[in-house]
Amino acid sequence: MGLWFRQEQSHDNSTVRTPSHMLDRIRLLVVIPAHNEGESLGSVVAQVRTHVPSAAILVIDDGSIDNTDTVAREAGAFVISLPQNLGIGAATQTGYIFAHEMGYDVVARVDADGQHDPVEITRLVSTLLEEGADVVVGSRFVEGGEYATSFVRRLGIWVLATLISLITDQKVTDPTSGFQVIDREALALYANQYPHDYPEPESRVLLHRAGLKVKEVPVSSNPRLGGRSSIGALDSTYYMVRVTIALLVDLLRAAPQGRKRHGEG
Amino acid sequence: MARVEIIALLGSLGLLALVVELVRRRKLGEAYSLLWLLTGVILLILSLWRELLDFLASLVGIFYPPTALFVVGFGFVLLILLQFSVAVSRLSDENRSLIQRLAILDWRLRQLEKALSEEVEAGSDSDDTDADK
Repeated sequence: MGLWFRQEQSHDNSTVRTPSHMLDRIRLLVVIPAHNEGESLGSVVAQVRTHVPSAAILVIDDGSIDNTDTVAREAGAFVISLPQNLGIGAATQTGYIFAHEMGYDVVARVDADGQHDPVEITRLVSTLLEEGADVVVGSRFVEGGEYATSFVRRLGIWVLATLISLITDQKVTDPTSGFQVIDREALALYANQYPHDYPEPESRVLLHRAGLKVKEVPVSSNPRLGGRSSIGALDSTYYMVRVTIALLVDLLRAAPQGRKRHGEG
Repeated sequence: MARVEIIALLGSLGLLALVVELVRRRKLGEAYSLLWLLTGVILLILSLWRELLDFLASLVGIFYPPTALFVVGFGFVLLILLQFSVAVSRLSDENRSLIQRLAILDWRLRQLEKALSEEVEAGSDSDDTDADK
């Protein structure tokens, strides 16, 4: 098919535990939702191309008013531009819907601000394939991960982690991590149903309720390359309260359609 | 008839007339007109049938019966607002998924156009005789 595009480059995954042919055989899409991230996006796309040469890269331009789309295209990514700003959740889901339709096997979500190190993608994908998990989350807090942030933010994340750990009956260390690698099963779920308000913490509960297997892997985290985080230090408390309410509302809802095989007592 | 009864009567008749006219001109959808019509009819009944209003008022402990009219009206307004919130949620859901679909289709169309124009360019130098079925 003429419409199937993959960046063709030399394959060199010799540093990874998984045999390189295993990574080359799967069709991997890296989704990068971006809203006015022209500053940092170019280098993020370039790094993904360097470290995961076999992957296709899709940038979802979430109604940016800067040069996000041009930067992404020049760096060699596919760009889907939303005509209106929909927010991080719906933008990311657009990538999942696309990947689902195009039949990708594994999808990695990476932030456009550069805080997720693309070096880690292959390791997350390897874990996904080797451990048979449906979703692998890069955690900045699991032992081995390193992450410096403000006290208030740490506290907020701790509260959310505790709450989500209780709900999902599984140890969750980094509920706000957007660094997720997912398989086809989780992709089918996300394409159909993805939380729009606070996708990172809410998705953990969604995955649990759909009976999918989630694994956390420690990753190092870079400071942002440019722009501002969508969650400022002052907003941390507000964010935590809103997410808590969103999580509780989610619990009132009917469980998503999916396989029930893990932790459903 | 007391003045308050006349005002209530005129008010509910006016509301009913307005709703019916809006539906007739297709400015108000039937789905949303039902609650409005019900509101108008109930208010009309209560402003004509004083004994029923008195009974309802004493039932919930309202000393001045015409106030019960406001309570009933307020209840219906709340219901209608809730219906609006549901409608707005649905609309924004639909809107969001339309935007997602539009963006994906837009990308696919561009790829198709690019592939086509490349094909045409390649075809123009090599074979002009290629006859498509």
